[in-house]
Amino acid sequence: MSKRIAIVCFPGSNCEHDVAAAWESLGGSADIVWHTATTLKDADAVVLPGGFAHGDYLRPGAIARFSPIMSQVARFAADGGPVVGICNGFQVLTEAHLLPGALCRNSGLRFLCKTVECEVASTNSVLTTRARLGQVLRLPINHYEGRFTCDETTLRELEDEGRVVLRYWRDNPNGSIRSIAGITNRARNVVGVMPHPERASNPLSGSVDGRILLESLLVLLAQGQLSDGGRQLAPEMVHASGPAPAQDRRLQ
Amino acid sequence: MRFTATVEIVGLEGMADPEGQTIERALPALGFAGVEGVHVGKVIRFLIEAPDAKAAAETVGAMCERFLTNPVIETASIRLEAGPAGISMPLESGSAADAVPAVDQP
Repeated sequence: MSKRIAIVCFPGSNCEHDVAAAWESLGGSADIVWHTATTLKDADAVVLPGGFAHGDYLRPGAIARFSPIMSQVARFAADGGPVVGICNGFQVLTEAHLLPGALCRNSGLRFLCKTVECEVASTNSVLTTRARLGQVLRLPINHYEGRFTCDETTLRELEDEGRVVLRYWRDNPNGSIRSIAGITNRARNVVGVMPHPERASNPLSGSVDGRILLESLLVLLAQGQLSDGGRQLAPEMVHASGPAPAQDRRLQ
Repeated sequence: MRFTATVEIVGLEGMADPEGQTIERALPALGFAGVEGVHVGKVIRFLIEAPDAKAAAETVGAMCERFLTNPVIETASIRLEAGPAGISMPLESGSAADAVPAVDQP
């Protein structure tokens, strides 16, 4: 059964087709939903893609947060539906208060466009259940405002509750606090990451390490772990940190 | 009444401000000594209709909290002048509505 994601497209989004292509290459189906839409229809998951929503005016994500579709995204997330923000989508999620903290300009004041190494810091999120704890993934980053920051209380919560899902490994390219590259909410169904897994899903793009992240979501959806009514990660998924069983790694 | 609101936004105390730091490091190289605490922010100015200065200050304060700033990383100071900018009519009192001279004249 093909699992359908709704990819929200704001004016200025530019990774929606990349996400759709990567998701479809794994056997899922994708709809690109314009930001003025007022329904997500029957989406199994929502992705907020990278780009420059509303020109990044005021602050990245500050205006996108008020797009009509965002109230539906917030409701979907509150019901336990998986919501993934990539790059600009991560920024939108923090501005919308679906994730804590904020993303500031890179410490070197440079726009970064390169492949970096990230370590999986938690397998307890909709995007990382199939990955191995400590697994190092080569993923592209492409941002000017990717330096994650938050107050000390929030940082302690993120660390103590294992809600940092990705960390830059060895090199911290943008000055993020504790090298944080991605986080999740308490319910583990909302995840924001600065690196682009969709751009590391095809051998032609230089790395396929992003597939494991998208596969995690696809497998969870296919197994009905996040179906309506019971949208919580099941305990065995929550604590899974070893390698995924081989027969589950592909869904087609 | 119509007011000109000027909202000045800077990073919270203790937030890294690489742009401010870069400017601070550059100034001595140009011969400007004795400068410290450089912070770069942004300014938003607009006209607002409100019954009085207090009401205007409250509305602008709410705007800052909900939209104009991100309280996780930023703080704002608000300045109000009666009338459109450039035709300043100093206000009587009030912390958020302190009278200030009109902007620079050309």
